[in-house]
Amino acid sequence: MTTKTIPAAPKTAAGAVYDWVDERLGLSELAAFARHKKVPVHSQSFWYYWGGISLFLFLVQCFTGVLLLVYYRPGVEAYESVRQITFVMHFGWLIRSAHAWSANLMIFAIMVHMFSVYFMKAYRKPRELGWLSGMALLGIASVFGFSGYLLPMDELSYFATKVGLEIPNAIPVIGPIVASMLRGGPEVSEFTVQRFFALHVVVLPALFLPLLGFHLWLVQRYGNAVPPSEEAKPNWERKSIPFMPNFLRKDLAMWLISLNVLALLASVFPWALGKQADSLVPAPPGIHPEWYFMSPFEMLKLLGNVLPGESGEIAGILLFTLGIGLWVLIPFYDIKRESGQRARAAHYFGLLAIFALLATTVIGYWTIR
Amino acid sequence: MSDQVVLVDESKIAPLTESAGERNTRRAFLAAAGAAGLLYTAALAYPIYRYLASPEEMALSATAITEVTLKDAQKLPLGSVLMFRFGPAPAMLIHHADGRWVGLSAVCTHLGCTVQYESQADRIHCACHGGVYNAYTGANVSGPPPKPLTLYKVAVNDTGVQVSRA
Repeated sequence: MTTKTIPAAPKTAAGAVYDWVDERLGLSELAAFARHKKVPVHSQSFWYYWGGISLFLFLVQCFTGVLLLVYYRPGVEAYESVRQITFVMHFGWLIRSAHAWSANLMIFAIMVHMFSVYFMKAYRKPRELGWLSGMALLGIASVFGFSGYLLPMDELSYFATKVGLEIPNAIPVIGPIVASMLRGGPEVSEFTVQRFFALHVVVLPALFLPLLGFHLWLVQRYGNAVPPSEEAKPNWERKSIPFMPNFLRKDLAMWLISLNVLALLASVFPWALGKQADSLVPAPPGIHPEWYFMSPFEMLKLLGNVLPGESGEIAGILLFTLGIGLWVLIPFYDIKRESGQRARAAHYFGLLAIFALLATTVIGYWTIR
Repeated sequence: MSDQVVLVDESKIAPLTESAGERNTRRAFLAAAGAAGLLYTAALAYPIYRYLASPEEMALSATAITEVTLKDAQKLPLGSVLMFRFGPAPAMLIHHADGRWVGLSAVCTHLGCTVQYESQADRIHCACHGGVYNAYTGANVSGPPPKPLTLYKVAVNDTGVQVSRA
């Protein structure tokens, strides 16, 4: 396995094809790069898999999404076509269930990935752009979730969209215009489904894919970050394994585990399809947002108790904007390598964020009637 | 000295050459792993295949249809045609000027375009590549069609027309 073996004597047909392609695409440079790529090994190495898991689940989303696209019809027929997919087409329920479950698992994996990056302080120089692009990817992923949720046009998706669009609506001055542009009119209707569909299958992928490519390119460029505890060790005490094939093999094993978990969840707990959306039917009892929107929803509700009316809504949006802004900009104020006061503050801010997310989510589910 | 060297060599070589038993175990393991991988892939591919093949299967059950009743089709004027679906495929009911009824498949046997009945010429013509069929028997008369159109049995009564496979 030395670099010298590659140009030597490939007299076979496969070798000739390899040479032809290699001459034009430079495969051996790539192979050499892959051979030198290393992944650090330490007590926190487990967290390195979560970006890969997110990527895998995104690929599952693309694949199952295209399969759903084969029968889905946006607009007036949206509900009927999803009913057909779920109850008429063979295994349609399974494809749809896999798409919905994988979406949730992907958001979860991205969150784990984000918090692990945060606490390992992997956003520090030179990885600031990795953090920023990752945050943008999470933002797009949640819009993916929000737009995809409406597409079946059943009761739950109808009310979720109605309520969800109240958030942009509460932005001062431009809010109502933004909300009605998204909604395609004063009410959630077939026009809303049609434009959410365009968003979900064309606009968002067109934004997501290049950004994902950029994010992955940065990972290749700078390699895995190590946590500060590991950074403090002298070079000879640090361990690493080659990416090819050792880490890749483990990565693929994680993908296989993820696929099995997904298959199990999707088949044992098939995703439900409610009744067709009807604006004249009152919202069903116990209606609540998806788990990843539960926390902001609950925070707004709690804040509304303290500051009733419009002032509460505006205060809530300001608070969110501030919190998310601080979170996104963390690479620019936690910059020192030594663990000083700022590093500790960033650490506590992260713990506070996790606590607030968990607590409000628990309260949210607790108070569902 | 030389005796000792031979002894050492043997002990070094022995663990490197695998016994037939070890080779079999490894072969069995690889075979089992390969089979498990194939099964896994098949378990993933089968639902996807069935999902994508659903309309095909629905059409197959429609193909099983052997008879179509066309309500009120007995009122079809002389020298005109009624296009209808026989199962999933287009078909035509012709009421000739001489009063004869003819039921035919309307799918050109050349490349599958839907053919047209021309009452003036009393023939069936395919606009795609100029195929011509006999409007009574469905026989391919000229142009590229390799085979005649399928002829159906027609039974006319006061309430409608029944078209069935011959």
